[in-house]
Amino acid sequence: MDAWYFTEMPYPHLPPQDSFASDRVSLTNAVFDPEIGADLYNRYLDEYVIADDLGLNLMLNEHHQTPTCLDAAVPLTAAILARETTKGRILVLGNPVANRADPVRIAEEMAMVDCISRGRLDAGFVRGVPYEIFASNTNPAQTSERLWEGLELILRAWTTRDGPFSFESPHWRKRAVNIWPVPYQQPHPPVWTTGSTDGPNIDRVARHGFHFASFLQPHERVRVLFDRYRKAAPDGPEAATRRLGFMPIVAVGETAGEARERAEKLRWFIQSKTAPQFRNPPGYVAVDLNVRALKGEFSGRTAAIRQEGMDTLIEMGVVMAGTPDQVVAQVERFHDRVGGFGHLLVMLQAGFLDHEETVRNITLFAQEVYPRIRHLAAPDAPAPKQKARAGR
Amino acid sequence: MYAWHFTEMPYPNHPDPDTVPSVRVSLPNKHFDPKLGADLYNRYLDEHLLADELGLNIMLNEHHQTATCLDVAAPLSAAILARQTSKARICILGNPMSNRADPIRVAEEMAMIDCISRGRLDAGFVRGVPYEVFAANTNPTQTLERLWEGIDLCVKAWTHREGCFNFEGKFWHKRSVNIWPTPYQQPHPPVWITGSSDKENIREVARRGFTFAMFLQPYEKVREMFDAYRECAIYDDPEEVRRHIAYMPLVATGETEEEAEVYAKKVAWYLSAKTAPQFRNPPGYVPVSFNVNALKGTYSGRTDAVRTRGIEYLKEQGVLMYGTPDQVFEQVRAFYDHVGGFGQLLMMQQAGHLDHEETVKSMTLFAKEVYPRIREEFDFKLAKKGAAAQ
Amino acid sequence: MTDTKSETIEMVQIQDIGIEVERRGGGAPLVLLNDEEGLTRESPVVDELAKSFEVIIPEPPGFGASSRPGWIETMDDIAYVMLDFLDEAGIEDATVLGFSLGGWIAAEMATKNTSRISRLALVDPYGIKVGGPWDRDIQDIWFLTKEEVQALKYADPANGDIDYTVMPDEKLEVVARNRESFARFCWQPYMHNPKLKRRLHRIDVPTLVIWGAADGVVSTGYGKAFAGTIPGARFEVVEDGGHFPHLEQPAAFMDVLGGFLAEAQQAA
Repeated sequence: MDAWYFTEMPYPHLPPQDSFASDRVSLTNAVFDPEIGADLYNRYLDEYVIADDLGLNLMLNEHHQTPTCLDAAVPLTAAILARETTKGRILVLGNPVANRADPVRIAEEMAMVDCISRGRLDAGFVRGVPYEIFASNTNPAQTSERLWEGLELILRAWTTRDGPFSFESPHWRKRAVNIWPVPYQQPHPPVWTTGSTDGPNIDRVARHGFHFASFLQPHERVRVLFDRYRKAAPDGPEAATRRLGFMPIVAVGETAGEARERAEKLRWFIQSKTAPQFRNPPGYVAVDLNVRALKGEFSGRTAAIRQEGMDTLIEMGVVMAGTPDQVVAQVERFHDRVGGFGHLLVMLQAGFLDHEETVRNITLFAQEVYPRIRHLAAPDAPAPKQKARAGR
Repeated sequence: MYAWHFTEMPYPNHPDPDTVPSVRVSLPNKHFDPKLGADLYNRYLDEHLLADELGLNIMLNEHHQTATCLDVAAPLSAAILARQTSKARICILGNPMSNRADPIRVAEEMAMIDCISRGRLDAGFVRGVPYEVFAANTNPTQTLERLWEGIDLCVKAWTHREGCFNFEGKFWHKRSVNIWPTPYQQPHPPVWITGSSDKENIREVARRGFTFAMFLQPYEKVREMFDAYRECAIYDDPEEVRRHIAYMPLVATGETEEEAEVYAKKVAWYLSAKTAPQFRNPPGYVPVSFNVNALKGTYSGRTDAVRTRGIEYLKEQGVLMYGTPDQVFEQVRAFYDHVGGFGQLLMMQQAGHLDHEETVKSMTLFAKEVYPRIREEFDFKLAKKGAAAQ
Repeated sequence: MTDTKSETIEMVQIQDIGIEVERRGGGAPLVLLNDEEGLTRESPVVDELAKSFEVIIPEPPGFGASSRPGWIETMDDIAYVMLDFLDEAGIEDATVLGFSLGGWIAAEMATKNTSRISRLALVDPYGIKVGGPWDRDIQDIWFLTKEEVQALKYADPANGDIDYTVMPDEKLEVVARNRESFARFCWQPYMHNPKLKRRLHRIDVPTLVIWGAADGVVSTGYGKAFAGTIPGARFEVVEDGGHFPHLEQPAAFMDVLGGFLAEAQQAA
């Protein structure tokens, strides 16, 4: 099993929760203090470098118009880490293809990062969370087709070598694509995507051989998704399992008490508020799901989980918290319950967890937990090598 | 006067231009070796770090589908340098706003870099060179309109603090913009725009108080354009105006004349890169009157004029400055006099096959033996105290 | 120049656009929509037609001396303006003959309203996409060199040689502006209206589609597909002609066209 360190790079210094309707989209950027922001960016990047030094892989993502995530352009931070780190792989999960206006630019950015990192990029592509429709102004009913069309264009741009090709479809029209550079890895970096409810989408992902990841979901739900992926994978369940990833919030402490406190600070992320009209724009999910929503059946992960107590969250596997022994046991248990998976994406920083505590959390995980879970699912990617500092 | 180190980050190991129709746009990317590319990226970034150590500022730009420039996304290299340098200002010149599909994303990227660098970003916007409309598939008849609509939207996104705003322009529609993060510098990073022949555009740049930059043009042309900027500049203090005027030559500094000449020939490679004719002047990129001259055979872009000339001619025109430190200083001074003064010296100090060792030598000689004299001779004597501080 | 019964050029106001209109000859109205390079209007074919028809040549916005307001963006916009022109000029029972870009405009017009149109002839028109996203149905004339484009457009490339250096400035301005307008309207989506293919079935007048066998920009395959979407349309090929078969093989071209016009006039 490979572990990937992750933080959404939050800006946690917000006005009282009841004084505004939504963290995301509409909380005025007047709240953002650039001095604090600058400190936070550099601090989070320092923590990524520490995670790399300690032998973890690294995961980044991108969100817009929200204090929950200051990384508004993940290719930028991926480029920084490509340059600053030397050992770990760097997973971008993901480029919001449906909400970005030009997939060819995404292909170029990823190729550049792959070259600078000398082939350590894992490139993820996502539909983008519903509320970000309002920031990008993408038509919510078109996000899935945009994702898949964009993905096809990106793969073609990465792998076409013989000169310009053209592409004309409703969403993108290009007359002569011939990207310079091309990716370092051949034929291209490993591709990841995420998902939470769309069955046929999971089938499609599996057939393409893409990695598939689920975030912060209860184990029963994850089991369903992972089983579906395994069933549709052309190369069998064992190989498929190695391409599956899960992200919990992880808090490791010297004592159970310390871990618990840490977990409460990290939980801030799940508490963040998104106004209802931002959570389900029309057409983002299929009609039958919206029928159920009208009937009051369907409530997103956020609403249900937000209210739960810490014990329940730990039972679900959304949070893994405790001493190293306890966390190892929780990982193993989750692994069994979902039929196995190869990549653990660990949100080890969130909310108000400060630098010192974050470093403690990363260190404890890297040194006391990770070595004891490596054997699970025998990951498809080789273990992060101890690369000599390449002469730059 | 401030000096900025620049390279287009070329991949010079491509087939001989005489054997291919075009080095730009259509040269198949099978000629790109990623291992060599990786080495080149890291080498060029190292040289930018050296620039920072030497007290120079840093300039970056972006081009697509071409062996002449591997920096296909300037915000990425700017982010890296924002993180890895501590003194230098970093100028992206420029984000090709006409060809980029979303100005709000550009605004977000710039804001992020400005924060990471703690306020050392200069954000430039360009129309984009003609041949790049083929890569982006922008309509060449619309590039100027797109440029200004994009810039307006970007500046608004940087500076609006009252929650969401909407925008429904000709090219972009946004329903609720409220960017996180916002820039570090207030009200926003300084904006730079390039130009070469469109005087109406220059006036627009001047009226907004943006910095105006010209690249690799003969000094007579540069004088004309700088005069046009000065006529419309909004600053009362002529030194403040001068601070907003920038010029880029190729620069090669050697210990001896012979060494400098070797370097000069290598960097002059940049001007010889071949672009197929249909890429150089797509319909509508320049106004009808220019194209009438083109049809008559009387108009040819800068590229044709300088491309085929030798380095002596280029030196005379101020497009290429090379020699011993003394000689380089004198050429800067002569150019300064020819064009009525300018405040920002952008130097393409690496191009083509100029290798790492040669680049380091040239940069270091310039930084140690030429720059201090330039700083003294062309120091800004601003009427307002403290305004010259970086 | 053969003799013509009369020749006038005037500006006609349609909304906020000044449309340049030339008329030659006399008789039943034949509305001729010029190609984007303005070559057809200068060719002997027009004078041939002017012997039996009143040839009316309205230049679309942005071409010739017609003005070009900013709100005109697509052939769809232009087709409505041209229909407005037919109304304004009181033209009835028109034969509409369109070449290349003009053929695209004529097809767009006919999908919307044929009340003043009796028959339609299209010569190597652009306007639809036939294949899938990865297919180049229409060669990218802006991406190729001048020489390559000329070789695609002409059965004998030498027929496309034009010496611009000896033209007066006023003519060169028209040439440069035509090129700019052409790019403005046809850059992206490239040379087609994604909706047009779904509308061509609405054309309810006798239609002839003429194609140059050597047209390398849009192939005869493309032409056949185009004609195939118009109910009852005839498809005829002119050998040894390229994208402008009427320029390279005027006699053969007039045979084909003449036959159609005569039949159609009898049937009327």
